Amino acid sequence: MRRHHDMGGLPAGPVERSEHEHAPWEKKVDAILRLLVAKKIMTLDELRRGIEELGPGAYDELSYFERWIRSIANVLLEKGVIGVHELGLAIEAAEARRAAAEACPKTVPAP
Amino acid sequence: MSHDQEPDHDHEPDHDHEHRGHGHDHESHGHPPGQRHPFQPDLEDGPYSWHMALTDAVADLLLAKGLITADELRRTLEDIDSKSPALGARLVARAWVDPAFKARLLADVNAAAAELGIDAGPIPIRAVECAPGEHHVIVCTLCSCYPRLLLGAAPDWYKARAYRSRVVREPRPVLAEFGLELDPEVAVIVHDSTAELRFMVLPERPAGTEGWDEERLAALVTRDCLIGVARPRVPAA
Repeated sequence: MRRHHDMGGLPAGPVERSEHEHAPWEKKVDAILRLLVAKKIMTLDELRRGIEELGPGAYDELSYFERWIRSIANVLLEKGVIGVHELGLAIEAAEARRAAAEACPKTVPAP
Repeated sequence: MSHDQEPDHDHEPDHDHEHRGHGHDHESHGHPPGQRHPFQPDLEDGPYSWHMALTDAVADLLLAKGLITADELRRTLEDIDSKSPALGARLVARAWVDPAFKARLLADVNAAAAELGIDAGPIPIRAVECAPGEHHVIVCTLCSCYPRLLLGAAPDWYKARAYRSRVVREPRPVLAEFGLELDPEVAVIVHDSTAELRFMVLPERPAGTEGWDEERLAALVTRDCLIGVARPRVPAA
């Protein structure tokens, strides 16, 4: 049976030609993947398998690099390269860091 | 660990982070994320999505574990920014003026690129040559394989459903949508890329370019020409 990513030859609408410049975070996802592949920590086939395992909903609703980073994280978890607990903490830390950076210019601490 | 333990299944992709991450001192967990992050946040990017946080978190963990270094990350980002269709255009222009180079390009794109000081990466790239009566176009129906290490990022439409689905079944109407109307007697050959083999199109040199130097020729070769959804055109004088 055909899986959802295997779309060659299926009917579809017109080619949507609009394009976007890659955001810095998207380039960072790409850089992470390239380094992991270069260091043989994961392979491109694993990236693709991880994307396909996101399922039809995520495949169609997430953006391209959102699929990539989810796949990368899942493959790294699966291989035990990173742990689920430390990843949760690291996400919180990244969000807190960002919130602090956004608050910073607006907040002058009292002397 | 199986993927049903994926870290994000209970989060909305773009959910608001306001209520999370406060009141914790992560350094006190003996937990390194945040200590060595090499990038300033890009506040102009708009809202910090959950996937952006996931990206930073994965990078922070890999850095903390010493699996990648900040310098490697920086150099890789520089390399990503340095790749563009202009590199492919240089190869095409050289092939147009130098038949021996063209033969080497058709035999091995990566080696031919290296002759010009261009690192096309480790994945083999094959050049497919357009000729009178024969047009070539590339796709990756299963995902988004593209000679990114030579030409830079693929356009969004190359990675999207409509192009991937249709170009293998009805290439002529798809090419017509791009403004490339092929005569019915021109054969269209569609190449489906894989993780192990990528393609680039070597277009025909347009008439009226006799005596042009390589730089001038290369300027005719756009990204879309290297994908095969356009042909190089000499601008009207």
